[in-house]
Amino acid sequence: MADPVKVQRYTRASRVALPAAAVIVVVAATVPAWGSSNIMKQGVTFLTLLALAQMWNLLAGYAGLISVGQQAFVGIGAYSLWVFAEKFGINPLLCVPIAGVIAALLSVPTAGLAFRLRGGYFAVGTWVIAEVYRLLITQIPWLGGGSGVTMISAGAIERSTREAAIFWLALFVAVGSIVLVYLMLRSRMGLAMTAIRDDETGARGLGVHVTRSKLWVYIIVAFGTGMTGAVIYLNLLRATPEAAFSLQWSALMIFSVVIGGLGTIEGPIVGAIIYFGLQQLLADYGTWYLILIGALAAGVVVFARRGVWGLLARRGVDLFPVRRRLCLETVCFPEDQAKPGPEDPLAQEPPPGERTL
Amino acid sequence: MSLLEVDDISTGYGAFQALFNVNLTIEEGEKHAIIGANGAGKSTLLRSICGLLRTEPDQIRFDGRSIGQLPPHKRVNLGISYVPEGRWVFPSLTVQENLMVGAHSRRAGTWSIDKIYELFPLLSRLRQRQAFSLSGGEQQALSIGRGLMSNPRLILLDEVSLGLAPLVVEKIYEALPAIVSSGTTVLLVEQDIGQAMKFADRVACMLEGRIVLDGPPSELSHDDISKAYFGV
Amino acid sequence: MVWVNDIIQGILLGGLYALFAAGLSLVFGVMKLVNLAHGDFSIMAAYISLVIVGSLGINPFYTLALVMIVMALFGYLIQRGLFNFAMDAGPMQAILATFGVAIIIQNLLLEAFTANSKGLDAGVIENAFIRISDQVVIGWFSLLTIITSVIVLLGLQFFLSRTRTGRAFRATADNQRAAQLMGIDNRHLYGMAMALALAIVAIGGVFIGIRTTFTPSAGPLRLIFAYEAVIIGGLGSLWGTLVGGIILGVAQVLGDHISQGWGILAGHLVFLAILAFRPQGLFAKQVQ
Repeated sequence: MADPVKVQRYTRASRVALPAAAVIVVVAATVPAWGSSNIMKQGVTFLTLLALAQMWNLLAGYAGLISVGQQAFVGIGAYSLWVFAEKFGINPLLCVPIAGVIAALLSVPTAGLAFRLRGGYFAVGTWVIAEVYRLLITQIPWLGGGSGVTMISAGAIERSTREAAIFWLALFVAVGSIVLVYLMLRSRMGLAMTAIRDDETGARGLGVHVTRSKLWVYIIVAFGTGMTGAVIYLNLLRATPEAAFSLQWSALMIFSVVIGGLGTIEGPIVGAIIYFGLQQLLADYGTWYLILIGALAAGVVVFARRGVWGLLARRGVDLFPVRRRLCLETVCFPEDQAKPGPEDPLAQEPPPGERTL
Repeated sequence: MSLLEVDDISTGYGAFQALFNVNLTIEEGEKHAIIGANGAGKSTLLRSICGLLRTEPDQIRFDGRSIGQLPPHKRVNLGISYVPEGRWVFPSLTVQENLMVGAHSRRAGTWSIDKIYELFPLLSRLRQRQAFSLSGGEQQALSIGRGLMSNPRLILLDEVSLGLAPLVVEKIYEALPAIVSSGTTVLLVEQDIGQAMKFADRVACMLEGRIVLDGPPSELSHDDISKAYFGV
Repeated sequence: MVWVNDIIQGILLGGLYALFAAGLSLVFGVMKLVNLAHGDFSIMAAYISLVIVGSLGINPFYTLALVMIVMALFGYLIQRGLFNFAMDAGPMQAILATFGVAIIIQNLLLEAFTANSKGLDAGVIENAFIRISDQVVIGWFSLLTIITSVIVLLGLQFFLSRTRTGRAFRATADNQRAAQLMGIDNRHLYGMAMALALAIVAIGGVFIGIRTTFTPSAGPLRLIFAYEAVIIGGLGSLWGTLVGGIILGVAQVLGDHISQGWGILAGHLVFLAILAFRPQGLFAKQVQ
């Protein structure tokens, strides 16, 4: 007799969304054929923003690590690109994954120090470490010092080829980051991280290796951030320590994720769209867009914790099916939210209860 | 008018309901005890009274006034003091400072730091010691003393015997009559049935979130209590 | 002998850092909040002083009282109006909210005052000095800074150990729910803590504005220095922040001496060393 109880992943919504996403990616891949230089440049900006947001979300939303120092890996990615392309003569496009590896390697001693701190102190600690990287590079003439470096060999590539290649690389890191997060969450490590996020002590009690899990996530995120940093500066062709290691990268990542919705795959996508959109709309108004975004983020954090995606989607809608649902015959828990169904017996109105502040 | 009326509360923690339609009335000057096994809801009840858990405004009335929505610090000002399960002394503050913080609300009354040292002579020797270094019994005495410093009309004692040796528990209970005679109404929650029965005018027994037995100790048989406590 | 002068300059600089660190430490101690906007608040204070000086033409020192009051009021309002709610939502949310505020303040100041460096002109005292020896020179202003710092810390210590509100701060830091049971209004108390922290950081902001120039984006670095001083000194220790500030100051001055531009980096490296070998800091609180 067939097993009446099954564990299932897909939801109604995801059955529509995934194929739709595939179509979008395929269409995007054709942009170099018909898009102008400007469109491609903007595209790269958006796609790398999306990748950075996904990575930060993986760190904060799933591993619970709030880092205000991810710019360290953006900068490391940029400078690794330069070192391997200019000093070792490797094809700049190949240097992108190499940059990711370098970032991952350097993330280990970084974590060794930063992990000694918790919570808000961890956040500032990561920031200090990013500053250390920046200052060290500024002081080392071999790395270009304070005036920065130029990607000469990349600039030497014929323009339309270069633009197309960079665009596809950006598309790759954006889609890749989403796929990476998706695969991680579906794995055992993903379950472990959700457990850690929900209750760290409880997870430890069940045998989940908390610190090791967090370290792995940190390394993987560094890899992704480093690669993305390399693509960003491949696009910009010029890096200075000031810009490559700027706190603005953190602001960008944090605001996108917070506004879009922390802790879901869909959230950072929405957040990146909003951030990018606002940036384009208010480009003429100088710093007002930053003020607006900062206020929006602070407001969302307090009043709409699940972010814009949380507001748009009712609870339980997953476009990217990462959660496991228990299914009995044809009825699954949590309920498939896309159709009206019988009352979910688990969702009682909580009685007027706890508030401790 | 009763000092405290708890009117049909059903509350809990998030999705977990701990109390089901609990009613309780306490008159001024009464000595009231609530007994019950672990998880019966005794502490939840006290927390609802002192404000760590909120209810509908009318469901808790103190001296006729609806306080269900008031935060804990406002209830202290009205004269309710809660001595928590687990003592919760301020570890980095000295014994003396703990007592001084207890008087933060500046309510007038008979209790003062000197009077607390009279009540618990053992604390007197420990004045300048940081509270984290005290033993369990000493911390309990401190916690009760601290709770008295606000000169409450109603003091809620949550499992004062927890984790303490019987001799120490005796000493703590020896202090209770002085508290009662100062005019404070005492509502205590206990797992130690013996001490509760000795002390109280009225005993209520809770089981799985409900009050299943209620009456003066003299009228409650051993059998009644076993049944109510264990739910057989 | 030049080293002696460096060390003395470092100590004096440390006094300034202690002013920043004290506020950060207080807020963290009482409500477990790491305020990422702390540095930007000090810059805000400097700009407020600038505005007052601009309209009244007085010496920046005379603006101190008013700036402190304005910042204290602002601190109380932002704590009760925003940060308390962010803290309700969770520790992660609280940090993120302070980060949002930091970015907002930096950019508001940028809009209002442009990115040009500004300075507060305190007149003669800025350059006056005492000559101890051929190589050792103590600036009057640096001396004033560290004396102010020590006075503030003494005042803070007195406040925390001998006043009713100070005791309430410490009790809340130990156990905020138990504190509520004593009749302490948490939300109000947190507001007071932030107000006090910002009043102190206002002094630091005005002093540093006199000592050197400032721009709207100078805040984050101040936050980092304050934070490094706290970690080096040890979480929870008031006088530890002074020692931490001094060590940081000395490291920076010596570092700059060894090689131009290495000053700040040297400070960071000392911080990281402490993190690596003695993460609890030099004078960590003994309790628990």
